[in-house]
Amino acid sequence: MKKDNKKNFISLVIVLVFLGIVLLLDQVIKPTDNMSMLLTVLQKGSVYALAAVSMNLLNGFTGLFSLGHAGFMLIGAYTYAMLTIPDAARADVYQYYDPAIRFSIPEVLSNGIGPAGTALGVLIAVIIAGLIACLFAYLIGLPVLKLKSDYLAIATLGFAEIIRAIFQWSKLGPLTNGSNLLKGFERTSTFKLAIGDFTLSLSTFVPVLIATICIWIIVLIKNSTYGRAFVAIRDDEIAAEAMGIDLAHHKMLSFCTSSFFAGISGAMMAMVLSIAQASNFRSAMTYEILLMVVLGGIGSISGSVIGAFLFISTSEWWLRGLDSGKWLGISAPGIFRNGFRLVVFSVIIMIVVLFFRKGIMGDKELTLEMVKAWPKNIFNWIRSIPKKIKSLFSKKEAK
Amino acid sequence: MSLWQTIFPYILSGISVGGQYALIAIGYTMVYGILRLINFAHGDVFMVAGLSMVYLAASLPLYLAIPVMIILTVALGFTIERVAYKPLRTAPRMSVMISAIGVSYLLQNLALYITGGLNKNYPEIPWISDKITIFGATTTRVTVITPFVTIALVLILVWVINHTKIGMAMRAVSKDFETAQLMGIKINNVISITFIIGSFLAAIGSMLFFTNYPGVVPTSGGMPGLKAFVAAVFGGIGSIPGAVIGAFIIGICESLIKGLDTILMSQGVIAEQIGFATFSDAFTFILLIIILVFKPMGLFGEKQTDKV
Amino acid sequence: MKRFVALGLVLCMMAAALVGCSSGSSSSEKTVKIGVFEPQSGDNGAGGKQEILGMQYALTKTPTVEIGGETYKVELVYADNASSNDKAPSAAQTLISGGVSVVLGSYGSGVSIAAGDTFSAAKVPAIGVTCTNPQVTSGCDVYYRICFLDPFQGTVLANFAKANGATKAYCLAKQGDDYSGGLCNYFIEAFGADNCVYEQFPADTSDFSTYVTNAQNQGCNVFFAPVSTEAAAQIIKKASAQSLGMPILAGDTWDSNVILEAAKGSDLDINVTTFYQEGANPEFDNGIKAWINSDATAKSNNGGNDELAAVTAMGYDAYYVALEAVKKAGTTDPAKVLEVLPSLEYTGVTGAIAFDEIGDAKRDSAFVKKCNTTTGVWDFVTEAKAQ
Repeated sequence: MKKDNKKNFISLVIVLVFLGIVLLLDQVIKPTDNMSMLLTVLQKGSVYALAAVSMNLLNGFTGLFSLGHAGFMLIGAYTYAMLTIPDAARADVYQYYDPAIRFSIPEVLSNGIGPAGTALGVLIAVIIAGLIACLFAYLIGLPVLKLKSDYLAIATLGFAEIIRAIFQWSKLGPLTNGSNLLKGFERTSTFKLAIGDFTLSLSTFVPVLIATICIWIIVLIKNSTYGRAFVAIRDDEIAAEAMGIDLAHHKMLSFCTSSFFAGISGAMMAMVLSIAQASNFRSAMTYEILLMVVLGGIGSISGSVIGAFLFISTSEWWLRGLDSGKWLGISAPGIFRNGFRLVVFSVIIMIVVLFFRKGIMGDKELTLEMVKAWPKNIFNWIRSIPKKIKSLFSKKEAK
Repeated sequence: MSLWQTIFPYILSGISVGGQYALIAIGYTMVYGILRLINFAHGDVFMVAGLSMVYLAASLPLYLAIPVMIILTVALGFTIERVAYKPLRTAPRMSVMISAIGVSYLLQNLALYITGGLNKNYPEIPWISDKITIFGATTTRVTVITPFVTIALVLILVWVINHTKIGMAMRAVSKDFETAQLMGIKINNVISITFIIGSFLAAIGSMLFFTNYPGVVPTSGGMPGLKAFVAAVFGGIGSIPGAVIGAFIIGICESLIKGLDTILMSQGVIAEQIGFATFSDAFTFILLIIILVFKPMGLFGEKQTDKV
Repeated sequence: MKRFVALGLVLCMMAAALVGCSSGSSSSEKTVKIGVFEPQSGDNGAGGKQEILGMQYALTKTPTVEIGGETYKVELVYADNASSNDKAPSAAQTLISGGVSVVLGSYGSGVSIAAGDTFSAAKVPAIGVTCTNPQVTSGCDVYYRICFLDPFQGTVLANFAKANGATKAYCLAKQGDDYSGGLCNYFIEAFGADNCVYEQFPADTSDFSTYVTNAQNQGCNVFFAPVSTEAAAQIIKKASAQSLGMPILAGDTWDSNVILEAAKGSDLDINVTTFYQEGANPEFDNGIKAWINSDATAKSNNGGNDELAAVTAMGYDAYYVALEAVKKAGTTDPAKVLEVLPSLEYTGVTGAIAFDEIGDAKRDSAFVKKCNTTTGVWDFVTEAKAQ
């Protein structure tokens, strides 16, 4: 028990140090710096990390193959945006409609209790975003959770498309601005904290902090009795039921929890992109999140986080050169043209899917021991390469 | 204007779209029947067929380009199965489905790279692109002949499945994978042939579809693919006639929904527009969910029990 | 064990990528970077590429600029916003982190609206080339633009339709597209909402035959569809196949050889409003045509021929506006460039350019062109002024 406490303490310290570093980076790196892409990656990465972890909770832990994530993120993004557009900006945003909502939660609260009200208002809006997504999930879950694997996948995918169509419907224009984008709401680039003369920029810190807290909660859920019940359902539904686990109840719980966090990640997405528009939340987004989960390892929370950050940083930052003609000092404008980045990227993903089916982490979590063992393991692996190549060839001959 | 005169053009274009969906849906339903796999990449195979036609027609005469395109598409379908699905035969179903999504992602990105992300104009195939008038509605010939081509191909396919050895093998494999194997059926060959037939029909479907709607983009396959899959589920997955009927129903409904505002206004049912067209894609999924909830095996699907 | 193989793979990739990032170009020559924020793929990819052509041609003509008494080499830095509002902010951030002094673009309004906040946070000025939606500049303090606006364009088109005897209009826009949605809205405002049928098609639509049928069944006598060229080509094919029987009207996006090609040989009556009429500046026309013909990539980006699009002329002017701005600022610091933009004046091939207090161009005329379906070129119809 004591050892566990010590471990938890160390993890907490690591997380706090990480948050501190992010806060520092937020102050040091200016948007025009060469390294500012790091901030973009941290912002977008934390959005997708939360999305991937919440998908993993459903697909990886409970074994429910759902492809409706983009729909729940859409609900979160729109709820957040609709609740936080300042009243003065509404007429400009809803240029073709008469806005139905006439208040902004952060504005109302900041009028009441000062600057802290803005932060509180944002927080409340984020939580409401999650709750609305959760509510929709409950309603959708009633009919679809009875379905089996692929049918569930295609039904949830269908619901995501239906949600997208509803939010684009012109009759709902006063609420959703029709199919046009929502903007002008509280967004990361406006998150600042004034301490005397010094203004603290929080544009990266806030999304990272929200993601960290949410992922931490998911870890707690995973380790609770509920989490163990989810895993039992994944491993064997019949056995789980025989052990007294209420299948319908737990499946719904997992579906709603996952959607709650998907809604929050959608709200964060709106915050980071500074716009919300239904047409962005397509099934392709769900697929991308699924590929992040696969990359990191289905059933591993730390894997999903790593997968998401890798996915975002490679596609947004490191591999961008592949699109513009020059990468790693190699200049080949003929081959390195628009779209090559994504081709390389999808080939890597296919390799992972086919040959490293467990992804980076498998279903294990990143632990201190594992990190300590890395140098040794990597060395062993490199040493074993010749043997592996040999065995690869001999296998072929045997066939 | 009479109701019939108003809705006839919609039904005409709906039947035509339905015929094209049907040709794609057969590929889905056959693969699902045998492998229990939603082949997410099938819609993209359809897109690649369209794209390869664009490039082939630029350098070859049409009578060569069409067969070469069909061969390439069939080869692609075959290769995808061998490379991306066969190694995962023993893996959980979720892994295979993820692999299918990965292939779909790869094909779309490859198409994006090759085309530079731009819309490619599909070559005009003479005779079938001609303008004709039928019952007072002007349209192209391809719209009219699509359902006939589809039905002819389906009849041939059903005959193959019911009266040939390979057809029998397919039926056996879809009934019981393992027993079929024990009976000496070469599973891998049967699966490959399924993919070949599916891709062949997708190639024909792409020719009809893109002649009708002559623009190919990397995402062209996505929506038609999904709708075709829904058609397959609707008709009862594994059942070929079911998939075809499902596809026609979805095609006609979709077309009618796009015109529903106009139809209702012309009949004086509603005074102003409601914006039903927004739901033309979503309606397909509403239909899907209704059928899944109330008749999970589809219109013509066989009742299956879980084996423990 | 496989986990470590994967991990090793990833580590190698990361290491390789980091090396790739650090190896920046380091030439001794002083350069000023101009960001090109344009779609090179997606719905508006073709249009974006044509707009870039204008900038590239301008670069070949004027590769250097005097800033504060020193000669700077101009470098165009590209980022593809993929015509997608969710990819726009990070594409914008790539340009900003690449150290650009000013950004040009984009073709298509949605991406510009989406990226406005990113530019604003970094205080990097952006000059919109052909993004006509009012929202681009209205909520953003760093966005300027050199083109006219949709309220103006919509009014011009509505007046043109009325003058040609139209009484009922069918308006078609793409769902979630701020350009077509905005333009339709202002057209309807000017034309009279009671006489308009307004429909929106979902993204990824390829079947436009039902929309053509809708227009016919509603008894409309003008078809207004200011959509992207990709959808436009499909609409033209269907309109021709189903004998639409009414003139088609559209905005500046349709001023493209994609439209000419699709409409050639049909009996359609297509009119568009645009920024530039070929022949207004023969020297520029001949120069850019010679350049397009001499450069294979440029020619294929222009759609395979040397037919000049108005957006190319606008791109050309935008490049010079950017140069004027850095010249006037006397530095490559984006914040300083931003300060001089409000007072900037320049006369380009598409007319005189100056900005009002919101950042919009003071433009009061648009050209109306008609597609000649036998020869496949644009015929000049009239020059319309705001009333």
